[in-house]
Amino acid sequence: MHVRGDERHRVTFRLNGRERSGRAEPRMQLCDFLRHELGATGTHVGCEHGVCGACTVLVDGRATRSCLMLAVQADGRSVETVESLAGDEEMNDLQRAFREHHALQCGFCTAGILMSCHEFLGRVPDPSEAQVRDMLSGHLCRCTGYTGIVRAVLEVARARQQANRRENDACSI
Amino acid sequence: MKPCAFDYYRPQTRREAIDRLIESGDDARLVAGGQSLMAVLNMRLAQPRILIDVGAIDELRYIERRDDHLAIGAATTQAELLEYAALADELPLVAQALPWVGHFQTRNRGTVGGSIAHADPSAELPLCLATLGGEVVLETRRGKSRRVAGADFFQGVLTTARRPDELITEVRFPLKREGHAYRFREVAMRHGDFAIVALAADIGESEVRLGVGGVADRPVVRTLSLEGDLDDALNHLAWSLGAQDDVHASAAYRRHLVRELGRRLIVEAPTFEQQAVEESADARARR
Amino acid sequence: MNTEVSLRDEQSCSLIGKRQARVEDEALLRGLGRYADDLAVPPGTLHAAIVRSPHAHARLKRVAIEAALGLPGVRGVLTGEDVKRWASPFAVGVRQPMEHWCLAVDKVRYVGEPVAVVIAEDRYLAEDALDAVKVEYEILPALVDPEAAAGDRETLLHDAVGDNVVNDRHFRYGDPEAAFRTADRTLSLKVRYPRSSCTPIECYVVVGQYDAAEGGYDVMANFQGPFAIHSVMARALQVPGNRLRLRTPADSGGSFGIKQGVFPYVVTMALAARKVGAPVKWVEDRLEHLQGASSATNRVTTIDAAFDGEGQVSALCFDQLDDCGAYLRAPEPATTYRMHGNLTGAYAIPHLAVRNRIVMTNKTPSGLNRGFGGPQVYFALERLMQRIAIELDLDPLEVIRRNLVPADAFPYRCAAGALLDSGDYAHGIELGVEHGGLAELRARRDAACREGRLYGIGYCVAVEPSISNMGYITMAMTPEERRRAGPKNGAVSTATISVDPLGGVSVHVSSTPQGQGHRTVVAQVVAEVLGIAIEAIRVDVELDTGKDAWSIASGNYSSRFAGAVAGAVHKAALKVRTRLAAIAAAQWRVEQDDVRFAEGRVFTLDGAHSASFHRLAGATHWAPGTLPESEAGGLRETAFWTPAELTAPDDDERINSSLCYGFIFDYCGVEIDAVTGQVRIDRYVTLHDAGRMLNPQLVDGQVRGAFAQAVGAALYEEFRYGEDGSFASGTLADYLIPTSVEVPEPVILHMETPSPFTPLGAKGVGEGNNMSTPVCIANAVADALGEGVDPGAIELPLTPSKVRTLLGIDEPARPEGVGEEPADAAAGGGSKLTASDSVEIPASPRQVFDSILDPATLQAIIPGCHALELTGENTYRADVTVGVGMIRARFDARVELSELDPPHALRLSGAGSSGMGNADGAARIRLSEIEGGHTRLDYDYEVTIGGKIASVGGRMLSSASKMIIGQIFSRLSQRVSGGRVRQPLLQRLLGRFGKGGGKS
Repeated sequence: MHVRGDERHRVTFRLNGRERSGRAEPRMQLCDFLRHELGATGTHVGCEHGVCGACTVLVDGRATRSCLMLAVQADGRSVETVESLAGDEEMNDLQRAFREHHALQCGFCTAGILMSCHEFLGRVPDPSEAQVRDMLSGHLCRCTGYTGIVRAVLEVARARQQANRRENDACSI
Repeated sequence: MKPCAFDYYRPQTRREAIDRLIESGDDARLVAGGQSLMAVLNMRLAQPRILIDVGAIDELRYIERRDDHLAIGAATTQAELLEYAALADELPLVAQALPWVGHFQTRNRGTVGGSIAHADPSAELPLCLATLGGEVVLETRRGKSRRVAGADFFQGVLTTARRPDELITEVRFPLKREGHAYRFREVAMRHGDFAIVALAADIGESEVRLGVGGVADRPVVRTLSLEGDLDDALNHLAWSLGAQDDVHASAAYRRHLVRELGRRLIVEAPTFEQQAVEESADARARR
Repeated sequence: MNTEVSLRDEQSCSLIGKRQARVEDEALLRGLGRYADDLAVPPGTLHAAIVRSPHAHARLKRVAIEAALGLPGVRGVLTGEDVKRWASPFAVGVRQPMEHWCLAVDKVRYVGEPVAVVIAEDRYLAEDALDAVKVEYEILPALVDPEAAAGDRETLLHDAVGDNVVNDRHFRYGDPEAAFRTADRTLSLKVRYPRSSCTPIECYVVVGQYDAAEGGYDVMANFQGPFAIHSVMARALQVPGNRLRLRTPADSGGSFGIKQGVFPYVVTMALAARKVGAPVKWVEDRLEHLQGASSATNRVTTIDAAFDGEGQVSALCFDQLDDCGAYLRAPEPATTYRMHGNLTGAYAIPHLAVRNRIVMTNKTPSGLNRGFGGPQVYFALERLMQRIAIELDLDPLEVIRRNLVPADAFPYRCAAGALLDSGDYAHGIELGVEHGGLAELRARRDAACREGRLYGIGYCVAVEPSISNMGYITMAMTPEERRRAGPKNGAVSTATISVDPLGGVSVHVSSTPQGQGHRTVVAQVVAEVLGIAIEAIRVDVELDTGKDAWSIASGNYSSRFAGAVAGAVHKAALKVRTRLAAIAAAQWRVEQDDVRFAEGRVFTLDGAHSASFHRLAGATHWAPGTLPESEAGGLRETAFWTPAELTAPDDDERINSSLCYGFIFDYCGVEIDAVTGQVRIDRYVTLHDAGRMLNPQLVDGQVRGAFAQAVGAALYEEFRYGEDGSFASGTLADYLIPTSVEVPEPVILHMETPSPFTPLGAKGVGEGNNMSTPVCIANAVADALGEGVDPGAIELPLTPSKVRTLLGIDEPARPEGVGEEPADAAAGGGSKLTASDSVEIPASPRQVFDSILDPATLQAIIPGCHALELTGENTYRADVTVGVGMIRARFDARVELSELDPPHALRLSGAGSSGMGNADGAARIRLSEIEGGHTRLDYDYEVTIGGKIASVGGRMLSSASKMIIGQIFSRLSQRVSGGRVRQPLLQRLLGRFGKGGGKS
């Protein structure tokens, strides 16, 4: 792949399960492309140097700083953003737990945190509080003091574990 | 905070990448995971005309156990290495150090080769490589390659022995040696921050290789005798690093940590072994 | 353990006071928030990037924009000349001849000060043109230290003022001199409070438009208030208030006071839009934000106490020196006076003397920041209370208890005029001690100390003021000046409730929330009053100064929502209910008092009459003819509310600076790692009495958030400046916000003593821990460090390096020949880098000397030198690309050889600037002949680095300059010797260790 710096090129990837495309110069950050080309403004930009974590999205299932990735680098891949989490009717369990535990105030960092948690819970279904805090340390939240976020993630993990156990029990009968 | 304009290449093979690199000359920068370079580009501290993305080269993504070392393809992500099942057995030092590299969100894209190439004086992977006596494999035109010892590879702040026409293709870490203990300790302001002082130790029967990161302009490794005066040797090491004051820590504090943490790392084994066990367990659990 | 213990009476049936999940959350969690940068902009909107000063203090000689205008996509550049033509300087809160324009016009006074605005088709293109705006500066000495600035008459920030202290006021209440004279004991403590900021994750956003037909401006910005600043902006734009329509978005990505500081950019982008005849959008980036947005004021306080042998304090004396940075930006010096009425804290101290000075330095202008004046005051006061206890060998908590305002004294008038509305402080302490587990914490400390560990306990009590009196800012003026200016006081809050023809209830408040959940609480209040479901209410918090009800006190600051805004909402809801009740009473021929509102229905208690809320309310639209004569039809009520207690300062300079005063009692246990100096918070207990809690979940959220920010201020965060005013905290890897790993969970306790002065009995609760927690942690650290440490040396942030240094680093001597003599013992670096090294060259000193003077050699030895042009005797202009690793920039540099002493010594100096920053350095070179006719070249250099690279690359600058300068001399050696080169000493040593050969 070769794209010239002074031209805009078509970039196509799966966004939240649907193929989307737009035009971007090679230098365009993925976060800018998502927000301003594709209109997926749920992902926010907080520092543009990879520290605050607000712009975190999943690329091929992995939590990724979208400010440290170019739109062209996402070409042909799969990108998931906060807009993918809820169903039409109801928010998913993680989102509901965030509301329940007052895990957000201004909500600006929340999209990135949700996406990290989304990947994390898939990989670490039964985390300790220390593991949750370690995972969250890649995000800066200025409002909540993190307590509600930690509680929400732990609660979702517990609930999912229980649901799995029930399912397994049901299967074994 | 937007990068300047550049042409973008995404080669599929290392051959293609090297050809492109040679063709582009001084105007090009290599990018793999981009976890350091992209921030630098956004801040316009680097303004390359050409960006060559080696992150999509599948042949540079592998982890292979060989006779005496673990060979890691340069584009292997730090997360992939952390998920390598035998890491704690084969490279206990790296298993301890890797969780200190940024955060899981940056390790997902950050590569092993990228961290080595960037040569940040505080970075953990260069420190491990130098401490363990590993090697960097560099390849240039017509498949010509050379190996550089980790200790020689890092030549100063963000500066390495890589020549402009060379691509880092592989990083080799010597496997754990029987009877050796490996320990890692880092003091940073916050979790995941650049190390104020990072220490890595490969402890043998009569001597220890102690690596120090975050103080000099590169990881510095010294072999210390366990039979001699350890305090004296550590003080010698501490002063030799040319520690500087910066906004987060004084030079005297850095020397202090090299001496005191160095001694604890080497001598007070049980505590740190415990820590190591916990950390690798933690690392495993993160998969 | 359960970290929340509620000691309040449950008001179970009421919606007000209930834990209620937030109505805001679903949109935010789905990614459907409407933050400023998410909103659609008009077609043709252009994008701005700002040229900022890399220098802390310099005269502006020339701003050349031609080259920038020629670049692709650039549509215009706004400069100070345009600003002078179309605008005025901002009004300043003190009577001094100092001008603050939205772009620099004569001088730049801090790193990051806006100099010009490039307006282009997109942000990328705008940034491309930044370097093409050529600015010539004449560099002036910079002032960074407030005490030095206060004493400096040579270097002045604002020449016309003639002094860097722009305001100096003395106050005395009671008879402090006599109290000090007659006291058993006195004690003095000097403390410094650093610069930090609560740094929201969303930065500033402004979209400016100019309407040439109306001569007015329409600006959307994530401004948080106070809307008194609207007048400042309108006057700067030289338009009447109704020609500056200022709109704020529905959602904000946090502010904590900081988004007050967006106001200069509102003016700038309004003018930028005028310049290019199109809407202009600007989104501040993080580098801009950290270096140039806003900051809390740093303060130097000398505090004295007069007290007796029992620890009873009779008088306090505050000498406060507030560093407001380069400009006194409205509403400053409010930081200094926000706490003025309650400077005596939670204590009944009758005599008080105060001196407040405002000093200008070459730093970012200060502004609102959560806690606003509180952290600085309590750091001095509560550190002093601990010192008194130590001095008298008493328990610090006992000294606190002996001085508290007694429970039967409320409302209590403090010496300086605050009217403490309600409280029972002694009871609060008893509750905190009991439910927070102080006894256990003390046992932990004793056990730890027995084991030789460093463990300490700190305490703090504080009153948390809320709902600022708009009059307190005038305390910077003398009573005479105030009389001339006319009285200022009060705090008007507004709320509007309208009911549409289908009975839908909409509420508007002008509180511009920044994430706290105002919409939820407003809905709770209205739902309760009107007896309808929370879900049936829509709360609009966008503010449009062209359409909505607002006043100067509108906005989100001084924790005014719960006490004032929710109160206004309650009043507006009562007005609506009263009207509806009158309508129902007329229709049903019952007494108005018998009409009830609940569960979406309006009814009489006897069950005889009932109608749905929407049907009854709808009648005001559909059938106004059926209504009683007193009804005008339609249903929309606006309530304005201002408390009577907020009077203007009196002639004795007493000021009730806030309406409400909550109470906080904090204590914590910390352990210090004896090796690393790291501070670990073992347990933190915080008790709050914020009056009646409207939504306990949100109250806890405020406490946790403030606590986390305070942990940052106490242990991690500081805006650092070099001696030359260069800014060293330019990234979030330098300015360290605590993460989930660093913030422990506080134990939160509540009690409720309702305020008699607010409609709902609520007080503010948003800022308390920002005030109490930094000093509480500092007191605990001081306790852990023990008596050997100078109390004045306990300075925030208590970083591991600082704490370990306080413990004393007993450093073994430097072994002979190893490393270098430490250049500067002071921790903290700065932008000036010095070092020395040497290189051996296989040529004679004469050959070496002559080579350096040869332009061809000079060009060859300067790394990355593309061109060298002789401009005078031994002076050159050079085009140099220099850097380390991936970081590289092209410098336009001047190189000079001077102090020639052939063939022994000379001086090589250079200065250059690039988009990345500027560097200025000189190396003194000495040549001496050594064995074999060779030369030993010794050099020592001093380099100053400023601009962006100093802000973001701090930790690598020293090594990088060492490497680059080293390259000059190794290249020299190579060139002179034809390749036979010996490496500099340090590199040889490092190289040896690197190979592991240097076994010792």
